[in-house]
Amino acid sequence: MTGRKPKVVGFCCERHGMDAAVLSARSGKGFDASVRLVQVPCTGRVDGMHILKALEDGADCVFVLGCLEKNCYYDTGSIEGRKRVDYVKQMLSEVGIEKERIEMFNAASTNAWMFPEIVSKMVALAKKLGPIGGEKQ
Amino acid sequence: MIVAKRKPLNEIAEMVAPYKRVSVIGCRSCVAICLAGGEKEVKMLVSALKVKNKKEGRDQEFEALVVERQCEKEWVKEVEDKVLGSDITLSMACSLGAQTIGDMYPSHLTFPGLNTGIFGVPEEQGVWSEKCVGCGNCIIHTTGGICPISRCAKSMLNGPCGGSANRKCEVNLDTDCAWSAIYDRLKIQNRLELIEKVTPAKDWSTSHAGGRRTYVREDAKLTPHQKKGKEAVQ
Repeated sequence: MTGRKPKVVGFCCERHGMDAAVLSARSGKGFDASVRLVQVPCTGRVDGMHILKALEDGADCVFVLGCLEKNCYYDTGSIEGRKRVDYVKQMLSEVGIEKERIEMFNAASTNAWMFPEIVSKMVALAKKLGPIGGEKQ
Repeated sequence: MIVAKRKPLNEIAEMVAPYKRVSVIGCRSCVAICLAGGEKEVKMLVSALKVKNKKEGRDQEFEALVVERQCEKEWVKEVEDKVLGSDITLSMACSLGAQTIGDMYPSHLTFPGLNTGIFGVPEEQGVWSEKCVGCGNCIIHTTGGICPISRCAKSMLNGPCGGSANRKCEVNLDTDCAWSAIYDRLKIQNRLELIEKVTPAKDWSTSHAGGRRTYVREDAKLTPHQKKGKEAVQ
């Protein structure tokens, strides 16, 4: 495990989610650069398949970051995103994988402080849980 | 349509665990509509099983496939190579699909990935309710278009029973009384006299109790000559 960088994938909506990430970077708030961000038009576009595929392909943890639920650019997209995340959490529980490996967050585009916190939380979790199935040889 | 539900993933994982090559076959018909065994559900299942195997260090190969209608041999034939090239097939169709594959390749193992449930209709997104049990003798023209066999907990032909209160069923207070619904429907249709008509005991010989049922349309069947011609083409 020594020296291994945690692999965290974040699906961010192109409105508030990605804006919060960009604002965070522009305002000099550092966050772990090893996190892989995937911009999606809306968290309602994130399918359970995308999350599972990320885990299958080596991600330790996955987060989905969308607009605030009552302020979603597409009205109900972040609610849909949360439902998908909850469904995949249930699937992971059924096969004995820690459901905490995936999480849904909501942020406003002006919440520059929030993005580094989310990344730190997920990176810390990825370090704690380690890779699924242990370190690859 | 036929409504089914995915088996718990740990149960599926346990079923396929002893086999190396697993073909998972979905169906684009009813089970795709009820979000149980369509293309997306098959891919998600395979992905979840791969993640589980990754955790447990198990080496297994999965192939995700989907056919148009798994209950028809012609469509299953399209994936014959994949089926026979695997150690086991996990059918993500209703039991009809799983049994079709099983009947076509009797020596090949075909396990069900879904629990087949009801003949249901979508009431709203994500909600399906049973409205037919396939009793083989439909009487809904006399009950305002509402089936008392499937929708009444007691399948009463002359309802409501004494347990109906406030339009709710005594068996489950969240369920509407089928006979209240029938009364309302007949009233709208100005056919309330039908509610007073006594329906005699039902002939259940057309239902499933007598064993396997087979429906035949003689005019649609192929003659031996036609069968021979079709086999020659295939």
